[in-house]
Amino acid sequence: MSAISRLAKALRRALLSAVPTALGVVVLSFLLLQLAPGDAADVMAAEAGSATEETMAALRASFGLDLPMLERLLAYLWGLAHFSLGFSPRFNMPVAELIAQRLPGTLALMGVSLALALVIGLALGAVMSAFAGRWPDRALSVVALLFYSIPGFWIGLMLIVLFAVKLGWLPSGGGGAIGSAATGLDGVLDRARYMILPGVSLALFYVAIYARLARAAMLEVKAQDFVRTAAAKGLSPAAVTLGHVLPNALSPIVTMAGLHFGGLMGGAVVVETVYSWPGLGRLSYEAVMSRDFSVLLGVLLLSSLLVMAANVTADLVQAWLDPRLERAS
Amino acid sequence: MAALLEVDRLSVAFPTATPVRELSFAVERGETLAIVGESGSGKSLTALALMRLLPPAGRIASGSVRFGGEDLARLDERAMRRVRGAEIAMVFQEPMTSLNPLKTLGAQIGEALRLHEGLSRRAARARAIELLDLVRIPEPHRRVDDYPHRLSGGMRQRAMIAIAVACGPRLLIADEPTTALDVTIQAQVLALLDRLRAELSMALLLITHDLGVVAQWADRVIVMYAGAKVEEASPHVLFERPLHPYAKGLLAASPRLETTRHYRDGPLTEIPGSIGSAARERGCAFAPRCPEAVSACRAQVPALTFAGEDRLVACPVALHTESREAPSPSIADAISTSSRRGEVRRPVL
Repeated sequence: MSAISRLAKALRRALLSAVPTALGVVVLSFLLLQLAPGDAADVMAAEAGSATEETMAALRASFGLDLPMLERLLAYLWGLAHFSLGFSPRFNMPVAELIAQRLPGTLALMGVSLALALVIGLALGAVMSAFAGRWPDRALSVVALLFYSIPGFWIGLMLIVLFAVKLGWLPSGGGGAIGSAATGLDGVLDRARYMILPGVSLALFYVAIYARLARAAMLEVKAQDFVRTAAAKGLSPAAVTLGHVLPNALSPIVTMAGLHFGGLMGGAVVVETVYSWPGLGRLSYEAVMSRDFSVLLGVLLLSSLLVMAANVTADLVQAWLDPRLERAS
Repeated sequence: MAALLEVDRLSVAFPTATPVRELSFAVERGETLAIVGESGSGKSLTALALMRLLPPAGRIASGSVRFGGEDLARLDERAMRRVRGAEIAMVFQEPMTSLNPLKTLGAQIGEALRLHEGLSRRAARARAIELLDLVRIPEPHRRVDDYPHRLSGGMRQRAMIAIAVACGPRLLIADEPTTALDVTIQAQVLALLDRLRAELSMALLLITHDLGVVAQWADRVIVMYAGAKVEEASPHVLFERPLHPYAKGLLAASPRLETTRHYRDGPLTEIPGSIGSAARERGCAFAPRCPEAVSACRAQVPALTFAGEDRLVACPVALHTESREAPSPSIADAISTSSRRGEVRRPVL
């Protein structure tokens, strides 16, 4: 079977399973959100400070919040069937537009974090497996355990205290210099500066996971016969590790990275709030606080689609890495 | 001219044991030297020690490995890497696991060529196709881009051999190259190794426990027991009249060597006990299992002694019986001159 037809088959299968999954996510989230006390009208009325029963009823009627629950659900699903995510009472704009504004920021943050976590995690894992049982391995194990157990928001705060407040090297939050019209390389560098701290805060937890995974996987691969074959060719230890050990150790890490994508989105909520990063995570936080459930549902639907896309990508990468998988599919 | 490879009193040590003790042998240019012995006799570790690829806990405790004017046991790691794959190459026992599952055959064969001979990717690929053809893999143009899981065990072992001979080594170490293969494939692979040895003028160090393989392919054979050489001879001499009781036992336990005897004619004999009994032995390691052992055997490790031209044995009892049965002045001379040193070298022929 050729690579392209294999790819097409995998994608078709993924799409077929994506529709019912997304539907389930939407319905379940909708029902769960009904359990939260209050609605957007309550929040807006509280903020206005001088709401009457009549104005609140008018607000609810204008947002369609006065309808029975089932009717609202059906209306939402009807909207979805027409590719509409609804309208946000809070931000006073269509949800799709709002998400489209915030999505690139979050995807960039997640991409940077995942890349950082994979690169640093693999590097640490390689060092740990090379020194297995000796002091560099033990020291790094302790570091990994620290990364693993410290909560992301606390790391975020501490990084701000150190790098933004004490040292003044990096900005403490935001998505770019205010009023900056820099384009091209300058613009990219400016954005990158703002991304370092949130990216690192989000990545550290996963660095720890990938470091431990990579260590275990590489130790296992190193004991295999083909590694000895490679050494018998006269390759240097570095060439053996990069050319033979690492590719064979990647498989479990890719699988985990695909699964971690959802967790990374959850972590983004916290990190984006700490760093006031203009992304989906902070948007969903704001949506919860203002009971803007149409926005929240939109974000949840999009996240579930992203997670599914991430898993398909992980499968495809897996199939690309390991030629033996051609039989399985 | 000195031998291609001269191993002198090589010992391989692990923290808890010394599985190869004071082993000496030489490999001449272009010959096939077989090392036989049962599992645990130290033959595979000897091979790995020559390549300096011992497991992390193991090390060469003493002795020298002379190859091309250098002592491989003392060569620094960087220089050793230039020897591996280029001057000495190795074929391993398990073809199913000895190839990287994620790389094409072409990439794996070309790797050594690009490293040692500085070939470009394209040139290495072209050479890989030639090498696949050399080891008789059909359709080498197509196979060069195949992954190992598409190949049968025999084909994988051929690919392993292609990797090993890629840079034209002067010595090929084959560590039980056919143990994991079907009998029909075994003969093909050994024939291939022997043909390549002649065509590429390599020497072949064949490590095996299969006496049938030794009889058919080896020019000389070393019998190892518990990390030490107990007998060295040419195969026909050894099989006709083994001297060391262990060699005798091995031959008696093997069905295919004597055409007159077949397993249907009567039970095969076995060597009683196990190689584990050698662990705490101060004298001859084989003494606990030996039918001919006398009390002196347990007191002192018997020295290797000439028992005829180009023949060594480490058993005074067997030698004594032998010389009584077939007295020969050359043997007597050899004993008197060599036994004092404890270890003897091959005479210059």
